[in-house]
Amino acid sequence: MKRAENYVTLEFLSRSSNESFARIAASGFAAQLDPTLDELGDIKTAVSEAVTNAIVHAYPEKLGKVVMKMKILDNNELEISVRDWGCGIENIEQAREPLFTTGGGERSGMGFTIMESFMDRLYIKSVPGKGTMVTMRKRIAMRLNGKR
Amino acid sequence: MKIAAISNDRCLTVQLKGELDHHSAKGLMSRLEQEIEIALPLKMILDFKDVTFMDSSGIAVVIRMRQRMRELGGCLVLQKVNAQPRKVFEAAGISRLVEIE
Ligand SMILES: Nc1ncnc2c1ncn2[C@@H]1O[C@H](COP(=O)(O)OP(=O)(O)O)[C@@H](O)[C@H]1O
Ligand SMILES: [Mg+2]
Repeated sequence: MKRAENYVTLEFLSRSSNESFARIAASGFAAQLDPTLDELGDIKTAVSEAVTNAIVHAYPEKLGKVVMKMKILDNNELEISVRDWGCGIENIEQAREPLFTTGGGERSGMGFTIMESFMDRLYIKSVPGKGTMVTMRKRIAMRLNGKR
Repeated sequence: MKIAAISNDRCLTVQLKGELDHHSAKGLMSRLEQEIEIALPLKMILDFKDVTFMDSSGIAVVIRMRQRMRELGGCLVLQKVNAQPRKVFEAAGISRLVEIE
């Protein structure tokens, strides 16, 4: 059985108070795939990482636009993308490495590592000076009679 | 994020309550540092029982507190960590640096 086609697009300002808003929106949208609590936790964590990066790194000295898109794909898969029009990433490979951070002692450099391990797939597109788009996918297994 | 600190015999226990993300981490970090200044503990216990969500911002907080405690010649212990924050700590390999009870 396939899930119905569906998507949501959210646009918000890069204020840190919107981090929790983005997590709540993502878990609300994901609910239609009937995820387990663990899966929901993974999705919220990954979204928090992606949105925080747009808020902290993309627009370090100002406020800017962040767009989060959520989509249900065939095969019970959830796709979430977070896009900003901020400073961009010079070296994506280096940015993906565990512990790499340009954020000093307030960041841990584990954001991309967590997105990668908590979701099934992570794609990063970025152009310095133009912005960044992070796309994540996670398949939610269908449950039969409330069980897997 | 709310905190409640109790200091006893140079053991400082801090209960954390709420969501630990980038938005709340900055304020939390400075309040924890204040508590350390006051208590000058040899052991700090961070109680995660009421932490309902944590992302990698929490890792930075824990690493900073570990550093502060080492400067005092003391140690840091994490207690009652729920499944979601536990998974974040595990992804970062924090248990190699800090004791998680
Ligand atoms: N949206 C973004 N815009 C610009 N730079 C980014 C963005 N996301 C990540 N980065 C860069 O990649 C690095 C690694 O990100 P991450 O793994 O989330 O760790 P952290 O956020 O703790 O630094 C960041 O320190 C930053 O330099
Ligand atoms: Mg990050």
